[in-house]
Amino acid sequence: MSIFEVIRFSLRGLSANKLRSALTMLGILIGVAAVILLVAVGNGSAKAISDRIEALGTNTITVMSTGRGGSSSTSLTKDMADALVDAELAPDVKSVSPVVSSSSATMTYEGTDHSVATFVGTTPSWFAASSTPVGTGAMFTEDDVDQGRRVVVLGQTVAEELFPGVDPIDKQVTVGGALFTIVGVLDEKSSTGFNDANDTAVAPLTAVQQVLTGYGALTSIIVEASDPDKVDAAQDQVSTILDQKLDVSESSSSTPYRIQNASSLLETQTETADTFTTLLGAVAAISLLVGGIGITNIMLVTVTERTREIGIRKALGAPRRVILNQFLIEAMLLSVLGGGLGVVTALIGSHFEIVGVKPVIVPSSIALAFGVSVAIGLFFGGLPAARAARLRPIDALRYE
Amino acid sequence: MNKPVLEVRDLKKIYGQGEATVHALRGASMTVHRGDYVAIMGSSGSGKSTLMNILGALDIPSSGTYKLDGVDVSRLSDAQLALARNRLIGFIFQAFNLIPRTSAVANVELPLAYAGVKPKERRRRAMAALDIVGLGERAGHEPNQLSGGQQQRVAVARALVTEPALLLADEPTGNLDSKSTDDVLKVFDDLSAAGRTIVIITHEDEVGARAKRLIRLVDGAIVSDVRQSPIHLRPVGPAMAGRHYA
Ligand SMILES: Nc1ncnc2c1ncn2[C@@H]1O[C@H](COP(=O)(O)OP(=O)(O)O)[C@@H](O)[C@H]1O
Ligand SMILES: [Mg+2]
Repeated sequence: MSIFEVIRFSLRGLSANKLRSALTMLGILIGVAAVILLVAVGNGSAKAISDRIEALGTNTITVMSTGRGGSSSTSLTKDMADALVDAELAPDVKSVSPVVSSSSATMTYEGTDHSVATFVGTTPSWFAASSTPVGTGAMFTEDDVDQGRRVVVLGQTVAEELFPGVDPIDKQVTVGGALFTIVGVLDEKSSTGFNDANDTAVAPLTAVQQVLTGYGALTSIIVEASDPDKVDAAQDQVSTILDQKLDVSESSSSTPYRIQNASSLLETQTETADTFTTLLGAVAAISLLVGGIGITNIMLVTVTERTREIGIRKALGAPRRVILNQFLIEAMLLSVLGGGLGVVTALIGSHFEIVGVKPVIVPSSIALAFGVSVAIGLFFGGLPAARAARLRPIDALRYE
Repeated sequence: MNKPVLEVRDLKKIYGQGEATVHALRGASMTVHRGDYVAIMGSSGSGKSTLMNILGALDIPSSGTYKLDGVDVSRLSDAQLALARNRLIGFIFQAFNLIPRTSAVANVELPLAYAGVKPKERRRRAMAALDIVGLGERAGHEPNQLSGGQQQRVAVARALVTEPALLLADEPTGNLDSKSTDDVLKVFDDLSAAGRTIVIITHEDEVGARAKRLIRLVDGAIVSDVRQSPIHLRPVGPAMAGRHYA
């Protein structure tokens, strides 16, 4: 018998048992699709997190005060920020941007109000350090900061709210009773978590202090390292200078400030995300296993019938090899078809957001899920057939 | 005519061991020549099926020799056994044993497929075999769409489609009503008349009476072996058998 004939026999065998074939394929399909999709969801959320953190800039350090109530001895000041610009003590610091921010500023333009989520007062170096480029118009200058000029750069959300379909540049808005002239609009930024990163406005530090926050403590200081590899060095230099300024003793275990470093944040977040992916992978592997048990069950239930069938075929003079090939090809067709459809399902499913995450397919998960399902199908489909094909015809016919 | 189709010497078959040992065959010997039509009769449990399964190369004896067409079956490899079952023997089971959810003609084609016959030729010969048993019209029906008698006739067609030297039938009419029994026996009579060698197991006297030779089995041993009609003539048929018995 030629191999084509054997394949024809297998196809006939499959179509003669449509329900069983369909169930087996469905089991494999679900298992494979679940593994690929769950791993893709884990991977997708990990990627989303790292993208967001990378958007913050990987070579920046953020210094924040841990002091509560703003006692003057522990708060960050403009003075400290200036002290960090020191070619001798802090050679790896490229720029320092003192930041004050207000979350209660309301901006008014021709009777339209908009409450700005974060109104930032800072220096021009902030735009580069925080990876927040200006899209249209210009950012304010060092001179604007020195003179305390009331100019402002709007985030996309604010611009759209107050100036729908109108170019906001050179228009004047009222904030805290003072007039600010709009000089630019920021590029659209991807949002982190629940906050709208585009609901913001940036103005010179001095102007914001004068109008909104007063001349007290800074909210944070953003330090840009000269190179992503120098972030750790810059961080050491910054903390040395700050310890001196804030009179923190060498032995003290706690500092009145906290330093956040985007790359270390990225690392821990990536670790968390990896754990998440592994966890999802484990869940998926279990579902593949359960699917495999289901397949095994279907195949075992039919062993009696199939063994009798093999007995009949042997009695009619089928050589063992032909019987084995037929049943192996049947099992292979089922698992390859089921697995293939599972991969297709997963690929289609990955185009949709799942629990708010855009799945990103991991190619190796496709190979793994497909390989395992084919192996399960071949093993549990082939094993009973191999055993039955070895039986004497009469024993196969009597099998119960 | 001189070389026997099958020849068994002192066949013994023992099932189980210890307390549960069953001596199903206790040294049966017989020789069947080409063209003979042999009926084997005996009460239930006398070892008829055991003997038949060995003759069909579906089972092996505990001791004794079995020569099929002059070849010692115990010396055949697995592949050669498959070949012998395919080319030399047509086996008809009491329980039909058709492949479920598979059309009658596909069932009949099966032995030809294993013999390597091309699909077109296969279909032609399978249809011819179904015509012989009078089921040409039902070729596309699946086993569960056929009556018991029709299923058994499909099984007969499947057994004779390869034109084997030897047709073995284990109580082929055991599950059939008298009308279906007549249909199947008629096919056997025709096959015997056409020169086929047939060995049939039955516990019905009228079935045994139609054969050319009658062997009786008691407790795994052959107790009588009677020639009822000459080997080279047509079988007597139902009418003659009735008179013969009366
Ligand atoms: N597979 C088996 N295992 C054990 N005993 C068997 C088996 N097959 C048949 N026997 C026993 O062998 C004896 C002969 O059985 P069998 O050849 O089927 O008889 P018959 O076909 O004449 O009714 C019976 O006693 C039966 O119980
Ligand atoms: Mg029996």
